[in-house]
Amino acid sequence: MKTIEELHKIGEEKRKELELRVNTNLDIREKHILVCHGTGCTSSKSPEILNNFNKIIKKKKLTNVRAIMTGCFGICSKGPIVIIRPENTFYSMVTPDDCEEIIEKDIIKGERVERLLCKDVTGKMVERLNDLDFYKKQKRIALKNCGVINPEDIDEYLAFDGYKALEKVLKEMSQDDVIKEVTDSGLRGRGGAGFPTGKKWSFVKIEEAKQKYVVCNADEGDPGAFMDRSILEGDPHCVIESMIIAGYAVGANKGYIYVRAEYPIAVHRLEVAIKQAKSYGLLGKKIMGTDFNFDLEIRLGAGAFVCGEETALLESIEGKRGQPRLKPPYPAHSGLWGCPTLINNVETYANITRIILNGAKWYSSIGTETSKGTKVFALGGDVNNVGLVEVPMGTTLREIVFDIGGGIPNGRKFKAAQTGGPSGGCIPEEHLDTPIDYESLSNIDSMMGSGGLIVMDDSKCMVNIAKFYLEFTVSESCGKCTPCRIGTKRMLELLQKICEGKAKEEDLTNLKNLALGIKKASVCGLGQTAPNPVLSTMKYFEDEYKEHIIDKKCRAKECKELTQIVIDKEKCKGCDLCKKACPVSAISGEPGKVHEIDQSKCIKCRTCLQKCPFKAIG
Amino acid sequence: MENCMDKKVRKETKEILSKFKKSKDYLIMILEEVQSKFGYIPQVSQMEISEYLDIPVAEIYGVVTFYSRFTTKPKGKYNVSVCLGTACFVKGSKAILERAKQKLGLEEGETSKDGKFSLDSTRCVGACGLAPVFTINNEVYGKATVKKLDEVIDEYMKKD
Repeated sequence: MKTIEELHKIGEEKRKELELRVNTNLDIREKHILVCHGTGCTSSKSPEILNNFNKIIKKKKLTNVRAIMTGCFGICSKGPIVIIRPENTFYSMVTPDDCEEIIEKDIIKGERVERLLCKDVTGKMVERLNDLDFYKKQKRIALKNCGVINPEDIDEYLAFDGYKALEKVLKEMSQDDVIKEVTDSGLRGRGGAGFPTGKKWSFVKIEEAKQKYVVCNADEGDPGAFMDRSILEGDPHCVIESMIIAGYAVGANKGYIYVRAEYPIAVHRLEVAIKQAKSYGLLGKKIMGTDFNFDLEIRLGAGAFVCGEETALLESIEGKRGQPRLKPPYPAHSGLWGCPTLINNVETYANITRIILNGAKWYSSIGTETSKGTKVFALGGDVNNVGLVEVPMGTTLREIVFDIGGGIPNGRKFKAAQTGGPSGGCIPEEHLDTPIDYESLSNIDSMMGSGGLIVMDDSKCMVNIAKFYLEFTVSESCGKCTPCRIGTKRMLELLQKICEGKAKEEDLTNLKNLALGIKKASVCGLGQTAPNPVLSTMKYFEDEYKEHIIDKKCRAKECKELTQIVIDKEKCKGCDLCKKACPVSAISGEPGKVHEIDQSKCIKCRTCLQKCPFKAIG
Repeated sequence: MENCMDKKVRKETKEILSKFKKSKDYLIMILEEVQSKFGYIPQVSQMEISEYLDIPVAEIYGVVTFYSRFTTKPKGKYNVSVCLGTACFVKGSKAILERAKQKLGLEEGETSKDGKFSLDSTRCVGACGLAPVFTINNEVYGKATVKKLDEVIDEYMKKD
């Protein structure tokens, strides 16, 4: 238990120690070695790297050097990432064996370890993290602390205005003041649908009930999305603080964070953070000496995409099968165990503390007319800089893919960007200049979604992509309503027919009618949006669908039944490289003579294509 | 007569249960612990949980089969799991899954007769920066190719 004065003191003292994390021009002898501990870097051995640094620091008795774990820096494709502060030197793809050299050369001698410096897309050497083009158009609000603080140390959070928003709320603001501030900020739900957050809060506040709940939706099920995970891993206290504020504003004293069990690191950091917040008296009874009580518990999701739908999530928290409820009543009126319940997404909460501290006016000055603030995207797929980006609303897709993402690798061309995951659509090149906001994305048949942004190059078959998403929704449909349970299955069968070259032209009409019917008739958001990837690809890439049906051809060579990988007899020099590379021994031929692929054995893995120096295979 | 295996499972399930309050909403949390303890959710455990929380076994079975993380069949000693999240899919993880099936002689969700290997596909392990990705137990293999998969599985085949 700590008093407000004690919290201030801890924060101020820690801040002095941590000034070098945010200020590159300090003339001091201290060094901090920051090692990314997000999921991506952790899976490529960053804990071992941290461990090695600590061992060497101890062995060499370096008193002015500390190695610390942080959350995600964003540029995951360059991981594991190590940053040296205060200089902000950026080392990429570090291995545990590199630690010695970094300490010897950089920390002790003050030189750069050049071979570990990152090269940007043009091949230019980049010394500092903020010199990367990747960061130039970004604005970090929700991710402000990610990569700066140690997420498992509440004192570091306090050093950067942690729990100051809560203090302001409890000391100076009424419930209505808080809701007004959130409403005026223009913040909208970051889970995908974009419902105005302030309005949602006011709906829960006006309910009269003995018990109300605050829930955080951290069931990030969209495959290829990792925004919420990175926030929880990099800055768990900011979500907790915002949930306490929400509890105060709507009159709830109990909260649940529903997080995917597939995110063990995020779960662990949340557990640590909740424990620390409790020990400082920031969760529990009489918070900051006021009469306000608030408690928080974690509930694990067990791998059901549908549980991202708010009412299905509530069922799951109650320990049941995660099947959505009919709406109305909405959760604000009747949610967890029939009590009024506020549900917001992780990223929505992550914005709250900044809105309270900096004001609604500041927040609403960022973004577009209808969509305020920033949005975090998980940029992935065929793009040079895979990672986590946060941009002001209104940034165009082109800026994200080409300026921040560094364009398409391997000299290929951009074909489509997919937003909104299995509920969204594929955006073709002609719409790349669309500014990102809720309205303009839905105008081009996609949606904001939670923030997955997958880039596809011209080697991808759009029918196959649509089929991929349908396979996902079919396996994730909860089975409650017929349009989704059976309708999506029939859609998938039609798509399979098309990909196998067995479809007729009328199947396209059937597919479209079925899709429109499912959108209208499904119970929950999963079913209502499941046809979107099909409808948007049918709209923008109709010629590809027709090619599959009429010409029995897949131009991207992804649909196996319509594709054969063959060796061009004219170009083959018999170098034998493809034969050696083939994992299924489908290629035969004497060295020096033309080789051949046995189609019955070939699994179309394309390994041979990459190996052939004469471009003879295609 | 109850066999020793069941007895052991029953005892260990009871130990897990003792950590939780007798409230129905802990069901999924309890199942998570049981799954991580045994690698699957044995029938005996479901019966124990049923008694403890006062929920019919049928309802528990309904929850177990609803969520994809839970399985009622034991997994192999080495569980190979290929990520089919969008980022990995776009980078060709389907070909890796196909190769894993061929190499292990297993379909998705199957376990080899000797209990050594099992094969799964998963939706996004969150390592999209390393796509395509496959995992063997807790080890993540990023920037995977068919060849890399072959090499890694060959290594595991040599192990006990």
